[in-house]
Amino acid sequence: MRHTIAVLVENEFGVLSRVAGLFSGRGFNIDSLSVAPTNDEDMSRMTIVTRGDEQILEQITKHLNKLIDIIKVIDFTDETAIEREMALIKVTAEDAARAEVLRIVDIFRAKVIDTTPKSFTVEVTGAPSKIDAILDLLRPLGLKELVRTGSVAIGRGAKGWKG
Amino acid sequence: MKLAGARILLECLKQEGVDTVFGYPGGTVINIYDELYSFPDIRHILPRHEQAGVHAADGYARASGKVGVAIATSGPGATNTVTGIATAYMDSIPLVVITGQVPTALIGNDAFQEVDIIGITRPCTKHNFLVKNVRELAGIVKKAFYIARTGRPGPVLIDLPKDVQVAVAEFRYPEKVDLRGYKPTIEGHPKQIEKAAAMLLAAKKPVIYVGGGTILGNAAAELRELAETLHAPVTTTLMGLGAFPEDSPLSLGLLGMHGTYYANMAVTNCDLLVAVGARFDDRVTGKIAAFAPHAKIIHVDVDPTSIKKNVRVDLPIVGMVNDVLSQLLKVIEDRGDAVESFRTAVKPWLAEIDGWKARHPLTFVESSKVIKPQAVIRKLRELSRPDAIIATDVGQHQMWTAQYFSFTRPRTLLSSGGLGTMGYGLPAAMGAQAAFPERQVIAICGDGGFQMNLQEIATLVQNRLPVKICIMNNNYLGMVRQWQELFFGKRYSQTVLDLPIDFVKLAEAFGAVGFVAAKPSEVEETIRKGFAAPGPVIMEFKIAREEKVLPMVPAGASLDEMVLAS
Repeated sequence: MRHTIAVLVENEFGVLSRVAGLFSGRGFNIDSLSVAPTNDEDMSRMTIVTRGDEQILEQITKHLNKLIDIIKVIDFTDETAIEREMALIKVTAEDAARAEVLRIVDIFRAKVIDTTPKSFTVEVTGAPSKIDAILDLLRPLGLKELVRTGSVAIGRGAKGWKG
Repeated sequence: MKLAGARILLECLKQEGVDTVFGYPGGTVINIYDELYSFPDIRHILPRHEQAGVHAADGYARASGKVGVAIATSGPGATNTVTGIATAYMDSIPLVVITGQVPTALIGNDAFQEVDIIGITRPCTKHNFLVKNVRELAGIVKKAFYIARTGRPGPVLIDLPKDVQVAVAEFRYPEKVDLRGYKPTIEGHPKQIEKAAAMLLAAKKPVIYVGGGTILGNAAAELRELAETLHAPVTTTLMGLGAFPEDSPLSLGLLGMHGTYYANMAVTNCDLLVAVGARFDDRVTGKIAAFAPHAKIIHVDVDPTSIKKNVRVDLPIVGMVNDVLSQLLKVIEDRGDAVESFRTAVKPWLAEIDGWKARHPLTFVESSKVIKPQAVIRKLRELSRPDAIIATDVGQHQMWTAQYFSFTRPRTLLSSGGLGTMGYGLPAAMGAQAAFPERQVIAICGDGGFQMNLQEIATLVQNRLPVKICIMNNNYLGMVRQWQELFFGKRYSQTVLDLPIDFVKLAEAFGAVGFVAAKPSEVEETIRKGFAAPGPVIMEFKIAREEKVLPMVPAGASLDEMVLAS
């Protein structure tokens, strides 16, 4: 089962490798991982997308909590969080295909951020499933390059989450 | 007052009450060594290899319960510590290991004797620190000791670049540690403990399964009171030996791969297993699916990640073992009637266990022609002091020691259980002897493991550490040979150590003394002479070459599928 885990960490060097080493050393999967400082510059926040059964997920969150530099761990499994991802997509666009690409970009409320006579570079934001969907439509037109940020997630509601 | 980093480090060690460090000088720690002259209260012991230095700090920690401290230089000094650190990590031993590092400006430049020891030790330390600024140093040392000894203990490494040792800062040792990401659970949850008491008192066939956490958590007294109040049988892992007196009728001895028949049968047939500071290692459980198949499991551990890692658990209790057990005792003692009826209810179970004990006691075939290692271990127990500290290497002699020595006190067996590090025994004994100069410290080694760190005899002699080294010499790497005999058609590939080493001369070359026993009739005299000699001693026992460790649960089999006799 796919899980999205938010991890608040001390903003110190080596934290990323501790987390990555934990996953590789214990054979846990990482589908995606994104990390950047938070509004409190002493802390960074990671969003890790992983998969595993209940027992594995319990071990993952326990092991993350065990790392000294990790301040807080939340496993967003239910409908309590909003998840977003961004992708930059370079797609072949010549002749009639140019209009088709623009139509798709419009439907997905994406943006063209660079263009040449032969290509468009598209920026799209949304839930990972939305990114998958636009990719499915663009792929037949000639997908040249793709870069995704991996998910970031935040809890719903008024309550903020700090260390 | 402003002090240089090297001095600050030693001031911090003094503040932590460190009386002994095991270290090896080198280019990037030379400043620390120069400052050492100003700290006469810190005894520095110079091993002959950094690995042995860390094992010695580990032995010091296991025997005393204090944090062990080791120092090594950068590069090869640092990499040599890795086996010692990993050994301590697997057995949750509190250490602070300080390594020198090349100056910060050179880090990453492939400088002379540079290695990324922070990266290398990340997976085998509880935590590690690279000190980038001398102003952080005191705080980091404080944190390192705190992390090493609290919660589930473990080794912490501090990497200290040479320029940070030279730079000066105001020295103030922090009084408190505040780590927002590290708050170990100390007290067990009262509700869980209530539930545990109810489950215990309802059991008809309980077994208490005790691991090293009980010793690390200083809970042997509470454990004993619990077992004796309830009349509940106790089995221990290798790491748990000494947590419960093996001369008690409630003791089942060791369980697992080389455990007793009755311990393994009791675990297989019990209806409630209370795991206390143990982690269900594969050498303990055998085939997981057949482990304690009829039992509800209560698991007490300070480390939440140990719980439900490889077995299902019906009732987890996170907390320090001594806190949880004393709470549990209180709850149980408040229910006097229930305790009475519990004792009656478990009588048939204790009788069943006594039946197993009578049918298949721990036994071996005695001989008057060749020295049986089990007989040597029994004789060592008989002739040693009750508070003697035993350190072992890894292999057959380790298992014979675990089976036949009959440990009765915590912190009297030092053995590499998790990592299984050959070469551990001699330096660990050295560390224990440094912690307790007046106690009897015995290293029981095989001829293989002994040769991995035999250079430390020099350290023993130089520092007047009168460790008694017993070599169980079968001229084999015996445990692997045993597996080859049983599972590889007696093809003894590379396990024959066919060089007749004169261990007496070896001892003498270092300025120690040596004795050898080649016949059963010489065993007792050899031990008596060895124990009576004032300094470090080697006692070599030329044992029955192909003696096996039995019983044995083959790897991957279930605990009731034991090979009992050859």
